[in-house]
Amino acid sequence: MTATVIRSTRGSQAVIAIAAALCLVAATLPLWGEPSWMREFVEIACYLIFAMMWNLLAGYGGMVSVGQQAFFGLGGYVMLALGNFGGINPFVAIPLAALVAALASLPVSKLAFRLQGGYFSIGTWVIAEVFRLSIANVAAVGGGSGTSLTALRGISRSTRENTTYWVALACVVASLALVYLFLRSKQGLALQAIRDSEVAAESQGVGVARMKLAVYVVAAFGCGMAGALYFVSNLRISPDAAFGVNWTAFAIFIVMIGGIGRIEGPVIGAVVFWALNKFFSDYGTWYQLGLGLLAILMTLFFREGLGGFVHRRLGFEMLPTRRILQLAPPAAPATASRLTPEVTA
Amino acid sequence: MTETIVQGLLLGGLYCLFSLGLSLMFGVMRLTNIAQGDLIVAGGFAAISIAPLVGGHFVVAGLVLLPLAFAVGYGLQRLVLNRTLGKDPLPSLVVTFGLSIVIQNLLLEVYSASPRSLEAGALSTGSIQLGEELFVGTLPLLILGVALAATLGLQLLFSLTPLGRAFRAVSDDREVAELMGVRSANVYAIATALATALIALAGLFQSLRTTVSPADGPLLLLFAFESVIIGGMGSFWGTFVGAMVLGVSQQVGFRFDPGWGVWFGHLVFLAVLIVRPNGLFPKTKG
Repeated sequence: MTATVIRSTRGSQAVIAIAAALCLVAATLPLWGEPSWMREFVEIACYLIFAMMWNLLAGYGGMVSVGQQAFFGLGGYVMLALGNFGGINPFVAIPLAALVAALASLPVSKLAFRLQGGYFSIGTWVIAEVFRLSIANVAAVGGGSGTSLTALRGISRSTRENTTYWVALACVVASLALVYLFLRSKQGLALQAIRDSEVAAESQGVGVARMKLAVYVVAAFGCGMAGALYFVSNLRISPDAAFGVNWTAFAIFIVMIGGIGRIEGPVIGAVVFWALNKFFSDYGTWYQLGLGLLAILMTLFFREGLGGFVHRRLGFEMLPTRRILQLAPPAAPATASRLTPEVTA
Repeated sequence: MTETIVQGLLLGGLYCLFSLGLSLMFGVMRLTNIAQGDLIVAGGFAAISIAPLVGGHFVVAGLVLLPLAFAVGYGLQRLVLNRTLGKDPLPSLVVTFGLSIVIQNLLLEVYSASPRSLEAGALSTGSIQLGEELFVGTLPLLILGVALAATLGLQLLFSLTPLGRAFRAVSDDREVAELMGVRSANVYAIATALATALIALAGLFQSLRTTVSPADGPLLLLFAFESVIIGGMGSFWGTFVGAMVLGVSQQVGFRFDPGWGVWFGHLVFLAVLIVRPNGLFPKTKG
């Protein structure tokens, strides 16, 4: 009897083809769309990338961080410093800022990883607060009241907005591809094993500590990129905006709505968040209260999220990362010698 | 210098009350309550609202508030938080985080963003002379005394009473405790009810000593958390000492620069995390 490992289905291939086509259409948006659409896209792109990284940490790595805004803000400030003081084009500075955030996450992880579970969450929050208060004491970047990105002053508004839009689109596609390919790789398989059972994964030879560190660094990179992108678009930065816990609050909301522990979850969640924001953000406190309440209700009664619901309805995973073993029907009565499955990956 | 340390210890008394509830809930059911700070602020606002209804005195307001908070805590655990418990900390974290956002915005809607405080009468201006030039306020001293009593009370409750035995049993092994006839859902609810009463007490004193405003919650949570970790998880005396260390650190930082108090407290917390990751008084079981 033979067995095959199923890693993608016709449905999932169609989803990827449709997504690629959508990306191509989206890339031409500056030619036919409104500038306000591009600004909205850039903003939601930052939320989406941040939420994807939170999903990677909490949904796959079992690390419920409430302090990823540390790397978001750091990315923003490094981009600004490279642009304003280093003379580097801010668009080029985005990946560099992400890299700095990833490097910074190495010493930070030494502190944060000393705490487990819920205390890890609040510990990361303290670290983000230390980042915020420390930057607020740096006079060169305007202290507590913040400063503006001056490096883009010579560029015309339309060129700046179009470039920001394309860079944002590229960042979203790159983050999605990064997470998808990472989770489909051997490392991704190890990570999903850790998610299912840390002890069992360890006993099978998975380096749990090394894997968690890798995820933490990748997430810091993504959050740093989102932060740099956000403040290239926003042109003004302050410690409260850059290191606010609101970023994590929205990420949690987006991920819980879309479905935690699935790649398409944050994408679905971000679309819902964008729509809710458009129609209800005028309600201020009541809107925020509603978001908090919705996150609670989703967690209590609908933990699979919209992504899980769609998955059940469609009958296939849109972006499959699992390896499903399908046994071919036995041609002849099975004997002991034939039971060894021949696995083809 | 003596003045700074004494002020720090008095501040630590308040922080101890902030953190006992957090320590209690984590100790009994490994539940990290991210809404801790917001519940403290809500307790403060509730005291401010109750006081005029009962003649204005804060002691009477407290006598009404504490049983109310106990009931709210019991209901919260029974109806909401018990559903989130399990090996995975994620559901309880997301739910308490959501709760924190709900409370903040609800307070903002009802009380507006401006800071409010509760009138303490003669107590707020009274002081006691300790040394030649050292005066301490009566109210901060009272708070420190209450913190000491609450810590002692919790420690005795845990080590001497049947309820404390049930707390320790479900903390050690929930399933075995249930086999022995402990109803863990109820035990958890009593733990949260007690924690919420302590939280309300902390809020009452916070609103007496300084002010409360709807956005204060997260910072108070961080102070509570730092006290617990500095002291060492699972020991109430550890939490008490941790709060003292945090209070003194903040006062020392504050003396150098008014903007550095909180920041310096965070740094001391991180330093303890590096040097003694299990806190000053490590003990795994409550």
